[in-house]
Amino acid sequence: MEQSLEKQLKITAAKVRLGILEGVYHAKSGHPGGSLSAADIITYLYFREMRVDPQRPQWEDRDRFVLSKGHGAPALYAALALKGFFPMEEMKKLRHVGAMLQGHPDMKGTPGVDMSTGSLGQGISAACGIALAGKLSKKDFRVYAMLGDGELEEGQVWEAAMFASHKKLDNLCVIVDYNDLQISGHLHEVCSPEPITDKFAAFGFHVISINGHDFSQIEHALLEAKSVTGKPTAIIASTHKGQGVSFMQDNVGWHGVAPNSEQYHAAIKEIEQYLADLEG
Amino acid sequence: MAEVKRIATRKSYGEALVEIGAVDKDVVVLDADLGGSTMTAMFKEKYPDRFFDCGIAEANMVGVAAGLAASGKKPFASTFAMFAAGRAFEQIRNSVGYPHLPVKICATHAGISVGEDGATHQCCEDIALMRAIPGMTIINPADDIEAKAAIKAIVDLDGPVYVRLGRLAVPVFNDEKTYHFELGKGITMREGNDITIVATGLMVYESLQAADLLEKEGIHARVIDIHTIKPIDEALLVKAAKETGLLVTVEEHSVVGGLGEAVSSVLCAQYPTKVVKLGIQDEFGISGPALELLDYYGLTAPHIAQKVKQALETK
Repeated sequence: MEQSLEKQLKITAAKVRLGILEGVYHAKSGHPGGSLSAADIITYLYFREMRVDPQRPQWEDRDRFVLSKGHGAPALYAALALKGFFPMEEMKKLRHVGAMLQGHPDMKGTPGVDMSTGSLGQGISAACGIALAGKLSKKDFRVYAMLGDGELEEGQVWEAAMFASHKKLDNLCVIVDYNDLQISGHLHEVCSPEPITDKFAAFGFHVISINGHDFSQIEHALLEAKSVTGKPTAIIASTHKGQGVSFMQDNVGWHGVAPNSEQYHAAIKEIEQYLADLEG
Repeated sequence: MAEVKRIATRKSYGEALVEIGAVDKDVVVLDADLGGSTMTAMFKEKYPDRFFDCGIAEANMVGVAAGLAASGKKPFASTFAMFAAGRAFEQIRNSVGYPHLPVKICATHAGISVGEDGATHQCCEDIALMRAIPGMTIINPADDIEAKAAIKAIVDLDGPVYVRLGRLAVPVFNDEKTYHFELGKGITMREGNDITIVATGLMVYESLQAADLLEKEGIHARVIDIHTIKPIDEALLVKAAKETGLLVTVEEHSVVGGLGEAVSSVLCAQYPTKVVKLGIQDEFGISGPALELLDYYGLTAPHIAQKVKQALETK
């Protein structure tokens, strides 16, 4: 990947992270940790990979993104706002009564949201349905479904995985935000879904393991996924929960807690400094 | 009276699917390894490219249907009521109901008339569960004619719908030539001003038979067929309450959360009237031949007539 492109993606991802923090801070609730871990992948998808048009959110031929780990909504919202689906100002109203941005993605109320999600395990099934519809209609759009690693403990994920490979949904790409933390601790401390790569392989997926914060690796994985025929792809993206904010990183305490004023300003300052360094 | 023809509404469903599938290429059908029982196999045989067996995985099936609907298809998803409304309740609620997607959940083997399979398979809570979902349309057809008409009527409905279908072959009493299905509108099957029997599904026929028995004793019972339980025909119910002053509801479903409570809810708010609720009285079912079970639970014409007479004594 060219350095200038990588730099641009890093800048955009940093702005997505600012949006995430702004959202959860003003909401006084939400899930910063898993939003920050997903931010780089979501940035790449919306700014480099997916065929979308903010002027036509219902465009039939668009690529689709289903945030099966719906609690990562602030990352999706910030990316959609930056992309131009709605004003960035909406982030400040996240989770407020009467606001457009709900605690979890709402396809009816938010332009650019392709599926309502939030109850874990359900988004991947809907993504299978969208991919199947694409096949039936002979459309060439692709469907991306992002799952949390803890979400893999939901049985429905594996029902969907079985379905996706049996129906040969090669237009479906599952991305696991593998930050190795869920509400109660590390995966192995709760009820581990490991070995994750072996499971997806056993369920008939083409599996690619990457660093989910490395844009070059994300690019190559998504390219590889597009070249696979006859089976769906699962990208297992190793990430850090809270990535981009030093005191949140790899800290399970930031799964579902909003920063207070002091923490918010410290986090913003850190990302703004990072941005300033990037932009030189 | 000549011997009536008996057809299970699940079979009517299968036949209707084949009909609509011929004219609307966006109609797709999903099942969870029960196509031979839900009768979606009839569609599969004709249009194998638009039939998807999801295997024994109902939660995923509902989600796949949601994704198809979100992409312009018209999915009909079928399994037994227990595994649709029951097992996949939350998927229907969150993936279909919340985004108000036009998924048609057509659940067969509803109610006690499942028969021998017993309590684990007799879903008497599906109407209650589906009623609680905002924006859900619920249809419980009474016979073959009504079931086919209902299926044809919902193809292009904008929003989720739950259709309750039965395993048991039941009498066909509507006249195909004159029958007209209007979503959300009850049908007064028989006039009468002493009492109103409000029935749904296969209890409509039993209630009509009960009204015949009552007539012989000089009791003129009105019989209303409520095929659409949500949204329910409030005006027709209030009119009946005003004109007959007492209502008996009959459903092959728990009296908790079903037709009886839907009717009571309307009348409580608009015209307080006594409602006697016949159905499964907050208990689990048992194994046995369907017709014997209906008799056991008091859901046949003689039992209904008896209960109506008891109710009238309190009027």
